[in-house]
Amino acid sequence: MSEVLLDFNNVTMQFGGVTALNEVSLQIKQGEILGLIGPNGAGKTTCFNVMTGVYAPTLGTVSFEGKNLAKLKRFEITKVGIARTFQNIRLFSEMTALENVMVGADARKKASVGGAILRTSRQRHEEKESRERSMELLQFMGISDRAETAARNLPYGYQRRLEIARALATEPKLLCLDEPAAGFNPAEKEELNELILKIREQGYTVLLIEHDMNVVMKVSDRVAVLDFGQKIADGLPADVRNNPAVIAAYLGVEDNAS
Amino acid sequence: MSLVLNFWLRVTSLFSGFGEQFRAMNKWQRYSAYGLGVVALYLLPYWPDVPVLGQIVNTPGSQFETVLNDQVVIFVLIALGLNVVVGIAGLLDLGYVGFYAVGAYVTAILTSAHGNLPWLLALPIAVVISMLFGVILGTPTLRLRGDYLAIVTLGFGEIIRLTAKNMDWLGASRGISNIKKPPSMFGLKFGVLDAKPYFYLGLTMVFIVIFILHRLEYSRVGRAWVAIREDEDAAELMGVNTFKFKLWAFTIGAGIGGLAGVHYAGKVGFINPDNFPLQLSILFLAAVVLGGSGNMYGAILGGILVAYMPERLRNFSDKRILVFGIVLVLMMVFRPEGILPKRVGNEHKKRRAKSQEGEVAS
Ligand SMILES: Nc1ncnc2c1ncn2[C@@H]1O[C@H](COP(=O)(O)OP(=O)(O)OP(=O)(O)O)[C@@H](O)[C@H]1O
Ligand SMILES: [Mg+2]
Repeated sequence: MSEVLLDFNNVTMQFGGVTALNEVSLQIKQGEILGLIGPNGAGKTTCFNVMTGVYAPTLGTVSFEGKNLAKLKRFEITKVGIARTFQNIRLFSEMTALENVMVGADARKKASVGGAILRTSRQRHEEKESRERSMELLQFMGISDRAETAARNLPYGYQRRLEIARALATEPKLLCLDEPAAGFNPAEKEELNELILKIREQGYTVLLIEHDMNVVMKVSDRVAVLDFGQKIADGLPADVRNNPAVIAAYLGVEDNAS
Repeated sequence: MSLVLNFWLRVTSLFSGFGEQFRAMNKWQRYSAYGLGVVALYLLPYWPDVPVLGQIVNTPGSQFETVLNDQVVIFVLIALGLNVVVGIAGLLDLGYVGFYAVGAYVTAILTSAHGNLPWLLALPIAVVISMLFGVILGTPTLRLRGDYLAIVTLGFGEIIRLTAKNMDWLGASRGISNIKKPPSMFGLKFGVLDAKPYFYLGLTMVFIVIFILHRLEYSRVGRAWVAIREDEDAAELMGVNTFKFKLWAFTIGAGIGGLAGVHYAGKVGFINPDNFPLQLSILFLAAVVLGGSGNMYGAILGGILVAYMPERLRNFSDKRILVFGIVLVLMMVFRPEGILPKRVGNEHKKRRAKSQEGEVAS
């Protein structure tokens, strides 16, 4: 049994009267790809928001490598090693693709105002490192041909990939992807699956939110299912797929939709 | 209306056309162009003596070099500083005149009212104290969201002015006179009549500030500022210590505002609270927005226009503010991003990347 990286312990998250998460316990193990699925409004994104410090949980604790995250500010959580992408793309639209990634890389750098004004050797070294690493990540994500394009002018698929590159640049241990394949066609989804598997090969642990069951089942080592803020299943993809509660949750949604 | 629009498109295409040409030049051509530009700027006080050009630029009713220093240089410095806060980091500061006043008053206190320091020594002290005011004002307010900042800074500008007006120690409404002038340097004598030495000094300050801001802009600090402006939450989740960098933007802006105040006090030798009205904050902001919020060179252009145009148009002085208002409204409608919009990325780096691509392709 490998070591637990992130421990979600009995987390409840309420917004006024809405209970977005209800006593959810979830563990992410070092090196795995954990798929997190569930119908619309199940609380998946809220999980990310609690983990990354956007919201403080109403009850329960989140710890990372045994360290409670409650006292940490958001940017400190990034430095501890959790990075994320956003379901609705949130790039720095007036910055180039490369600069977007560099903001992520800068999270690990030290040079500040003094260093920048005096252009100290450390600052120049860090700057070079940020730039090179960011370029590498753009290449890895297959979008380096548009490195100097403003993020807002990038095609949709590039923007989604750029979000992942920016998150990777922060050198996370745990990478959280919130529906990275949303709006992709099957071929693009296939490419992204490959990329996610490659990312894991490089030693990152991945938490993946995804609506498309096929995608999740293909790439995940383990799948957790949320429904109305409650965890209703957690196990191997094949087992989860056949779990009656999961089938009911998904069928229920389809009924509503039609 | 379409006539105006047409004219406007022409003017703006003129600017971008110029940029294209400039970008097409090689390194040495560009450096010589910069060099010539700098020399031409230091010779600005003599422009009115040039035939034709002189007719166009000269200011009726006020001495040209006085306008250059007391209006243009001051506004450009201030637009540069305020642009860091408003344009780059996206923090709405409505009381920037407060820092300008702090710079001027500290100089006045140290060199005249309560001290006998030389101007040159008062300068760094005044800038640091202005920055301290930035920290004091920024620490509680920058934790809050935009609207609060706007209101608190608006109040700050007024508080500084009213404090100066009501404290005898600060000269009350009489103000403070006999402020020391900059010492003679490089053969320049800073007297009462000739504004040219002040202009040379002020222009040099502008260049130093540009140099510093340029280095900041294309560094981790500048990226953090723009990221905060674009999406503060996303920036923080990507590891940017947003509070720290907002405070830096605010503080650096305050320091530059203070510097402008020091220069102003040294030139006029006499200040009083009426020199720092709320209206000035609005004009400063108008300069940044008009020129192009977020683009250093846009802010400079805005500063020049807002400072210079009213003097140039002094002949129809009573309608100046009206014309200015109309121009601002038209800008809002037709070009909300300002005359020179934000630049995305670093042009030099882009050019280098392009030429490398070319090499690979060939
Ligand atoms: N800031 C908030 N304020 C109030 N309610 C919220 C907030 N954030 C989330 N919610 C509510 O919490 C519930 C879970 O939302 P969440 O975004 O986590 O769902 P999700 O599983 O990501 O859904 P989707 O698949 O649509 O992205 C929803 O009912 C949502 O309306
Ligand atoms: Mg969601």
